[in-house]
Amino acid sequence: VSHVYEVFRQERKGQPFQHAGSVFAPDPAFADVYAREQYGRRGESAALWIVPRDAIVEIGEFVDELERNYHRVDGYPLKAKLKEARERAGTA
Amino acid sequence: MSARTQEVPRNEQEFLDYVQAGGQVETSDWMPDEYRARLVKFIEMHGNSELMGVLPEREWILRAPTLQRKLALTAKVQDEVGHAQLIYRVVEDLGKPREDCLADLISGKSKFHNVFHYPTRTWGDVGVIAWLVDAAAIISQKALLKCSYAPYARIMKKICWEESFHILHGRDVVLTMMNGTDGQRELVQEALDRWWGPLMQFHGNPIAAEQDPTLTWRIKSQPNDDARQQFLDGYVPQIRELGLTIPDPELRKDEETGRWHYTEPDWDELKTVVTGHGPMTEERLGFRRATREETGWVRDVVLADAA
Repeated sequence: VSHVYEVFRQERKGQPFQHAGSVFAPDPAFADVYAREQYGRRGESAALWIVPRDAIVEIGEFVDELERNYHRVDGYPLKAKLKEARERAGTA
Repeated sequence: MSARTQEVPRNEQEFLDYVQAGGQVETSDWMPDEYRARLVKFIEMHGNSELMGVLPEREWILRAPTLQRKLALTAKVQDEVGHAQLIYRVVEDLGKPREDCLADLISGKSKFHNVFHYPTRTWGDVGVIAWLVDAAAIISQKALLKCSYAPYARIMKKICWEESFHILHGRDVVLTMMNGTDGQRELVQEALDRWWGPLMQFHGNPIAAEQDPTLTWRIKSQPNDDARQQFLDGYVPQIRELGLTIPDPELRKDEETGRWHYTEPDWDELKTVVTGHGPMTEERLGFRRATREETGWVRDVVLADAA
């Protein structure tokens, strides 16, 4: 029985691995051959990661019930406060 | 990974609004049955075309004029088969197994592009196919980079990259012949005469955007006639500057509208050919059938060993 293996490729050393596509293979050795053939034959990749699809855990929801904006950039709207502070200091 | 800003809606009308507004869909997302069916049909035909598209060129591997050309042609054939594999992989994830795609192809149930139903008479045809058929194809494929179905759009990125040097290979073949003898120039002109009709039919008959379901679901993003206009804009000057004559006396660009006028392509021919009645349809499908049988034992061994 064949399985789907997801293929991630790194274009140049030091860059992040990005999802490239997938191969359908009867075992890891074939997945290796197919991935090399499809995603590395032209020297377009510095490295490949080949991962059985079943091994991937996907998280697609990020619920922020408490609206914890204090740990995000948008939790700090400084513009109005800065304007007020400058006016108070006479540097506006 | 970029954060999903919007969930893919779970009812048909909202899903339609979502994809029309530029939203993208992943394999694991909910999708309407019609959308899935349209995707399968469209993408499967693309896969079929890649697989059948190597046959006209394959016929010339053993007859290529130099070793360099033989290697280049072999590599191109290998690339196109690779594209077929990538594309069938996308179809498989949508629910139709590759075995079923291949069975429907060789039984004539599913279709492939019109240009792959014609014979490759001379080396001139090989040049014209690699240059102009690939040029026409890359226009359609670039319009798929924005496909609402994201896995297909991602695969298209790699395919377009490879097609871009196939065009160079074809143009190089044509230029070499045009710089050669009168006999060679004649071969190119004759090939162009043969291929112009099918090339003009390639992007399909003009359909109003609102009546084309593949546009409605944003599977493709370009109406048929826009693709043809883009092809003419890009390639008519490149063909003419070589001293070749395009076999259409009506062909001219309207400078006011910016649109090309041309003799109405033979839509009956297109329909006849893509429904399986082209000059080479039977022979090429027969070849696929025979190959499928001959290689059956390899699949059996591989799958048995791995099991």
